[in-house]
Order: sequence, then structure tokens, then C-alpha cells
Amino acid sequence: MELLSLSAVELGRWIQSGRVTAPDAVRAVLDRIDRMEELYHCYVTVDREGALKRAREVQEKIEAKELTGPLAGVPMAVKDNLCTKGMRTTCASRILDNFIPSYSAQAIENLERAGAVLLGKTNMDEFAMGSTTETSFFGPTKNPRNPEHVPGGSSGGSAAAVAAGECFFAIGSDTGGSVRQPASHCGVVGMKPTYGTVSRYGLVAYGSSLDQIGPLCRTVEDCAVILEILSSGDGEDRRDSTWMPGKLRDLVTALKQDVKGMRIGIPRDYIPENGGEGPDPQVRKAVLEAAGTLREAGAVLEEFDLGLAEYAVPAYYTIASAEASSNLERFDGIKYGYRAGGAQELHRMYKKTRSEGFGPEVKRRIMLGSFVLSSGYYDAYYLKALRVKHLIKKAFDAAFARFDCILGPVAPGTAPKLGESLADPVRMYLGDIYTISANLAGLPAISIPCGSDDKGLPIGLQLTGDCFQEKKILQIAYAYEKAAKGGNKV
Amino acid sequence: MAKEYETVIGLEVHVELATDTKIFCGCSTAFGGKANSHTCPVCTGMPGSLPVLNRKVLEHAAAVGLATHCEITRYCKFDRKNYFYPDNPQNYQISQLYLPLCRNGYVEIEEDREGQTPEENGPCREGGPVKRVGIHEIHMEEDAGKLIHDEWEDCSLVDYNRSGVPLIEIVSEPDMRSAREVIACLEKLRMIIQYLGASDCKLQEGSMRADVNLSVREAGTETLGTRTEMKNLNSFRSISRAIENERERQIALLEEGRPVVQETRRWDEAKECSYPMRSKEDAKDYRYFPDPDLMPVTVSDSFLEEIRARQPEFQTEKIKRYKREFDIPEYDIKIITEHKHMADLFEAAVALGSQPKKVSNWLMGETLRLLKEKELDPGDIRFSPENLSRLIAMTEAGTINFTVAKEVFELMFEENMDPEKYVEEQGLKMVNDGDALREAVKETIKANPQSVQDYRNGKEKALGFLVGQTMKAMKGKANPVSVGELLRELL
Amino acid sequence: MANQISDEIIEYVGILAKLELSGEEKEQAKKDMAGMLDYIDKLNELDTENVEPLSHLFPAGNVFREDVVTNGDRREEILGNAPSRKDDMFAVPRTFN
Repeated sequence: MELLSLSAVELGRWIQSGRVTAPDAVRAVLDRIDRMEELYHCYVTVDREGALKRAREVQEKIEAKELTGPLAGVPMAVKDNLCTKGMRTTCASRILDNFIPSYSAQAIENLERAGAVLLGKTNMDEFAMGSTTETSFFGPTKNPRNPEHVPGGSSGGSAAAVAAGECFFAIGSDTGGSVRQPASHCGVVGMKPTYGTVSRYGLVAYGSSLDQIGPLCRTVEDCAVILEILSSGDGEDRRDSTWMPGKLRDLVTALKQDVKGMRIGIPRDYIPENGGEGPDPQVRKAVLEAAGTLREAGAVLEEFDLGLAEYAVPAYYTIASAEASSNLERFDGIKYGYRAGGAQELHRMYKKTRSEGFGPEVKRRIMLGSFVLSSGYYDAYYLKALRVKHLIKKAFDAAFARFDCILGPVAPGTAPKLGESLADPVRMYLGDIYTISANLAGLPAISIPCGSDDKGLPIGLQLTGDCFQEKKILQIAYAYEKAAKGGNKV
Repeated sequence: MAKEYETVIGLEVHVELATDTKIFCGCSTAFGGKANSHTCPVCTGMPGSLPVLNRKVLEHAAAVGLATHCEITRYCKFDRKNYFYPDNPQNYQISQLYLPLCRNGYVEIEEDREGQTPEENGPCREGGPVKRVGIHEIHMEEDAGKLIHDEWEDCSLVDYNRSGVPLIEIVSEPDMRSAREVIACLEKLRMIIQYLGASDCKLQEGSMRADVNLSVREAGTETLGTRTEMKNLNSFRSISRAIENERERQIALLEEGRPVVQETRRWDEAKECSYPMRSKEDAKDYRYFPDPDLMPVTVSDSFLEEIRARQPEFQTEKIKRYKREFDIPEYDIKIITEHKHMADLFEAAVALGSQPKKVSNWLMGETLRLLKEKELDPGDIRFSPENLSRLIAMTEAGTINFTVAKEVFELMFEENMDPEKYVEEQGLKMVNDGDALREAVKETIKANPQSVQDYRNGKEKALGFLVGQTMKAMKGKANPVSVGELLRELL
Repeated sequence: MANQISDEIIEYVGILAKLELSGEEKEQAKKDMAGMLDYIDKLNELDTENVEPLSHLFPAGNVFREDVVTNGDRREEILGNAPSRKDDMFAVPRTFN
């Protein structure tokens, strides 16, 4: 049992020192999966034989001193929208139910090269569209902290797998909060790096200008280590034009327990005094206590008006839906995936395939996205949203001229109960209000646990940094994590 | 009285760029591979695949833009054009709409003064007034795959080998008024692009494809009529025919008081008529938006300078220089400089010491004849200037006579072998050995007493026959002049 | 709701997006889309008169590949997931008459 509660980096050290072997770790975690999966349903696919075989290979290389990195032999789970060579990649959609890629996502290749062992693919909202993991074609994932609740989403399977001990760390993708929000709901660490720092090659696109790959894990140290490997590589092997290689180096050097003099801004509209449109009072309280902890540790905290938060959500849904409507056009029943039977005519085949292959939430966004791009509406909706995105970016530029980091909640509330969210889409979308801005402005943001509500459901603290300032938020997050542990607040 | 109509024509020309790889991935653009053997996740629209721009595409496109006097957009982007069709694996084509690379250019053609009378697609009259055809824009985009109809299974089959092959689309202003001006414009564009080495521009093979936008209006009026777009035009001939046909069709509609419908039509070459390409599933609403997967392209001064420095000497300047430097007919100059490969061949052979006139004669005569016979393009010429020079040198030196030279040339045209070696190996050298020649002439005289008698009786013609007979006996390897002299002497 | 989505619009968007909705789904889609557009209309509260649309966050551009062939024959991989294939090609319902 002790083994399964280790962080990824701790397990890596145990493996390097010979205290445990990679196959031992994989067997322990597969055993855990066997016992818990029926309840939590974190995975779409578990590859037992593959994982054990890979663990043995990695172990040999570790013993031959060929693999000495911190993640060598550490079992990981990968969200099912990241392509994995030879392993089914479904995006939790019927339309890709049987798709087996012949290539792996570049970021996943990086992890495998570092010796991480792929256990399988985690459940998610269909095509990452959702905040609860309930839109999955394969059924919902349950929150390991309380199985009557959702794990958040869309990387809900990844967050739940980390929380449930069904892996040592997981990889997710974050388009509007899809790594940070489930991390918050499941009480684990999750981070979305600056747009462009991790290659998106092999990530099945949802909103290409917003999507970034990020880690879900148990500690800030894990987060830094995984992110550094995720983003590694040089321009020689460029498969993603928007990727800027080499931007995240030596992240572990940021893990210092020191925030003295660091300037942290708290947007007033993220924590309004009289309830109002702000977060749940328990969330507000936990976040302000976390701010207090950092102040005690020497950081300089200040409330300020960021503004525009209420415009981020409508701008985001316009842009994300527009891009999604185009990105998902390739799913047409011709090259891969599901094809509906019985359609003799081409356009009938397209319509039948897509109508049967996509779930309701995906169709909803494709319809909206096609509409906002259509002739006569492009300027009024799509371009308007891009202009608002520009305003939001400028507001953050101004904020980061004053602060090293912006602090706030990850989500307005804790994890909702299963089945409560999907009825009212606009209300569900509002749940992303604190996470979405970071995607629109391309900023790095981390979610770390900062307590729980009266039902015992975890609350997440979000720290957002300026572009490429991952080290600053990792440093603050690390200091908070240590301080909070010392004070027994978590 | 019947109304007079003016035809207003604009062109959309797609040109496949001469690159080794596709526009966004490292797949080969070579023709002739097995179906889908030149594909990868990117050019087949696999989930998660992403495009990275081929630098050469930008270079070629900018070069064509500069050569057609365009403004180069210093900050340009790629946009997605969304439409569902099986040859388009992502169901969007990466193209440029909002910020195309090149804008506001032109090419010069000779104006067709009799533009209203559609005629066969002969060249514009020599020395006519120059007319500018505006280039609205040139943008970069990717080609689609190929669809093949399977009669047995009653389905279509998709081959993505051509998917992602780089194209430029040249959009002209509606500045042309006749089929002849359209052909002149296309010939000019083809010449410029071939000179740049940016494409081989072969209509038949589809590396150059022209769609024709055509409308008619009453002569003297200013407003444009409703236009149609004509597709599937695979030769200059079908372009001419389609223009005439569409002009007539539109005029007939207007005469009957019926409107011209704005639509895309497909030319049927066999039936010589066109059909609308309509489907209720084609909304023609492409929902263009900037492709978030590709970074914008910033065109720097130094990049443009580099491209400018690499621009070749085009035909106009070449003609001027040839007139100064080479004593060959103006007509020859025009033909030789029409294709850069031909001009390069000419200049290289001359630089190797061959006489310009001799080189020109080989190019204008035998080369053009063989190109026409084999339905080839000057770009397809395979023999080297070195071998041409060797051949010329041998004829000059009297090593071979012209009949032999023509035979050798024909083979050289096919195989580009060294003519000196070939002549040596095949024993085709002229016999200059006086004794052997004398023997052969004596034999001829002995064998043709009647002709000898005729000659002696004053029939000059008989001598020609005797020369021919001697040449035949010598298997052509003799100089007919020497044979004639020898005959006269011996008779 | 301020926005009204007509049957024609839903039909048209269905053609663009290649989606076919049942009667019930159509009504739901009209309601959802109108609700979302009402929500998106909130953006009109902001004056964006002199604000450039920001399609790409980072201006740094000029990402190129060199023109070198790196891919070989990958037919089996590429065709491996095809729902219907024939003679190394993807088979689709006939596209022309």
C-alpha cells in the first residue's frame, strides 16, 4: 500500500536505488486497477501485457544505467485524446471507437523515451468537450474522493486515476481548464503550461489555438519534472508549427521554499465580498486562507481589478466551438473510425456517420461553431471573440507588469454530483470561468489542493503566471505545498 | 438589330510547384507511385497530425509574385477552407484568403483587337498593342487527392498521393475579352513560371489548371454581368472551345430574357458543352478562418532580396541581348527564348564554342520537329549542350555528313549519348581515304554504263544519280561533294 | 431569448456540419444555440472598435520544414484503419455519375 502512495519522483528514486523494480510497480498498480476500476472507471483501455513488457525492458535499461532519469520505470496513464502507437485512441467517442494510431503524440514519445511506462488510456469527456467526464461514450468516471460525484473534466479519468492510485501520474489536455479543474475536483496537482511549450503533435485537436498538454500528479515536484520532459526536444524534429522547443528547461531549479518578496495579485472579481457571482463561500474561504499562508511566508499579496472575466467564457465558447467544428470535420467515416452502414449516397453517409458517431455535447458545439463561422456571422461572432481575446490578453499583460503571479480559485464550486450538470449547458460552461482566461491568453496555470469543503470534496488553488514564467508559479506552488503541509492545513 | 456583346473573362490558375516534398509534410511529390504510397498521417488527415510549411513553397510563390509585379504581403497567414469531399482528407483545405502572399500584380500580353470574334486559338498578332492583365492575388494552398470511379463495385476510390502537393492559385482580374487573350495570358504565365523553375506547367498532366470566370455584357456598358465559373479545362483547345460555348450560351439566355445563374460549370470535352455542378449539399459557404495550426509568415527584406537576386533573365531581356550578341533571325530568337530550358541550351552550346547560327538551326529544325512528333515540351529536352556541340563540331569538321548527323541527333534526342563515341563505335565516319573512294567511284562507273553514257551526252542530271549510287555503296559515309568531283575527273 | 433560430438555419448548419438531427434533437438544438448566442451577445457590451482580432498569440512566425523527403511508403499504416478499402485505396460511396 505504501508503494502506491508515493509520488512519481519518489517512486523513480526507489526504482533507481533498487528498492523496487519497474515491473513490481506496474504489478502493484495493475492490482489496484483490478480492484478499483469497476467503481471509478478511470480508464478506457488498460494494456496489462504491454505495460509489463515495457516495464521489464525499462528495468533492464535502468540496471544497465542507460536510463537514469527521474521517471524511468514509473507507470503513467494518458488521456485518450493523445495518440499512442498501436494502442486504441478513442477520444471517448463512438466515432473513434476502433481507431489504432500508427504514431504516438510527440509529448508521449518524450515520456516513453525517459522510461515512463504506459499503463493505458484514461476516460474523458468526448473530444474533451465537457467539465465532468460524463459525455464519454464509455460512461462516466467517478470521483475517488466521493464516487457519487464527478471527477471534473475533461481530463477526469486522468485526475481520478492519480487520486485513486491507479497510476503514479497522468497526462491530460487543457483547452479551457480540462487539466486544472479535474485536478482541483480530485485533490491532485494539475498544470497547463504556456501555449506552445509542449508539442501538440498527436493530440487530437479540439480548439487548436487553446489546447495544451499538461501533467496531473501528486506533488508540485512531480509536476515540474513531468513538464520538463513533456516539453523536451529540439527544433530539428518539429512536427507542430506552434511548438516553441526548449522553453521549459531546468524547471526543478524553481522548487525552492522561498516566496519572499514575490508579488501575488488576487483579482477582486474572483473573490467578491458579498457572494454575488463569485465562487462558493467555502471555496472562497479556502483560497483566501491559502493566500494568507503565502503572505505569512513572505509573499506580497494585493487585490486588484483584472476585469473582463465575465467575457472570457462567451469569447472562449465562440473560438473553441469554431475551431472544433473545423477540427472535427475529418471524422467522416472514410479514413478511420466509425462508418454508418446503409448509406448509398456520399453526403448521406457523412451525415449518418457523424450523427451516429458524435454525442450530443459534441454535436452542440459543432453546430454552434459552424454557425459562428458561416457567411454573414463570421465578423459579428468569430472576429468579435478574437478581439475580446486580444483585450483579455492585454489585461493580463498589464497585470503581469505588476505581479509575478495571479492567485484565485480553480472552479466556483467543488465537484458536482453525477447527472446534475449536463441539463443546462450555459450554466455548465460558467464553471470554467476562472480557468478559461489562461487558455485565451496562452498563460501557464497550476491547480494545487488547498483544502476541502464540508462534504470532504477537494478545493483547488489556481496560480497563473505570465507566458513562459512557469518557474515562478512552480516556485510559489511548491512553497505553498510545503507550508500547507507543515501547518497541517491539507 | 442584334445587340453587340462583350465577353469579360477572368482566370483562376492553379499551378503545382516544383518541390520534392509536399507543402506540409515530408512526403514525396513524385508522380507514378502506387496508390497511397506517398502519404503520411499529415496528408491523410489523421487525428492529431499537424502541418509544417515547406520553405521552398514560400520561395517559389514569392518568386512568381515578384515576376508578375505583385506586392508581397509582409505578414501573411494561412486560412482553412471548410468543405466536405473525400479527396480532401481533413475536409478543410489549407489555403489563403484574408492575407494572401501576393497581390496587385499584372502580366503583359498583346491585346486582341478583334476580341469579339471568337477564333481558333492562334497566337495574338505580332507586334500588337500591349495590354496588362491584372493579377488580383496569388496564394499558396494544398492540392487534393485523386478520386477514381470503380465501375465494378459502384463506389469511388481515394488515393491521397497528390493530397498536400503544393499549389499556387493565381487569380486574375476580369481583364480579358477573348479566348485569344486568355490563351496569351496563360502562355505568358506559363513562360514566367517555367523560367523561374517554379513548375513545369503542363496542362495535360494537370500541373497547370485554369478555371475560367466568364460573363457577357452589352457592348459599351460598364457593369459586369453575372458570371459563371468553368472547370475541367485540360488544354488550350478546350479552354477556347469552352469560352466560345459559354459566351454563346450566356448571350442566348440574355436574348431570351432569361437570367444567367451564378454557378460553377463543368466542361465536357467529348460533348463540347458544359453542365452545372450543383448539389443541394454544396452550400458554398466555406467558413474560412485563420488556421491556428500554422504560424503567420513574416516576409523580411532580406528574404525578398534573396528571391529577387535569384530571378532569371526573362524573355524580354533575353531577346534584346540575343539581338545584340547573336547574328540569328529574330524569329529564331523569339522561339528559342520562349522556354528557358531551350535558351539555356542555346547559350551553353554557344559558350562551348559552337556557332550561334548552327546551334539555332539544330534547335529550330530537328529539335522542334522531334518535340512536336513526340508531343513533348521544350522542358523535356534531354540532350546536353555538350553533346549538341560535339555533334555540330563533327559536321563542321566533315567527320560526318548531314544525313548521318540527323540520324545521330535523333538518337541523341532520345538518349543523350556522346555523339563522338557513337559515331566512332558505329563506324559512321566519312571515308576520306582517297583510294577507297576512287575504288567505289570506279565500281559505280562500271555498274552504270547507261548513266555514264547519258552524262557524257551532256545530261548533268545523270551525275546526281551516279553520286547517289556511290553514296549508297559507301553507306553514306562519304562526302557527296568529293564524290561528285571524283566522278567528273574520272569521266 | 433574444436570438431565435429558425428551422432553415438549423437545416443550413446541418448541411455545413454534416449532421442530421431528429425532430426532437432539432428543437433542442434551436433552444441550445439560441441560448448560447444570447450568452455570446454579451461580448457586444465591449467596445472593440480599434482592437485587432488576435488569431495567433505569439507573433513569432516563420516555422519551416526543409524540402527533403523524410517519409517512405507507409501505405499499410495509413490504410490500416480504413472502414472500407480496395486496392490500396479508401472506398467511398460514388462521388459522380
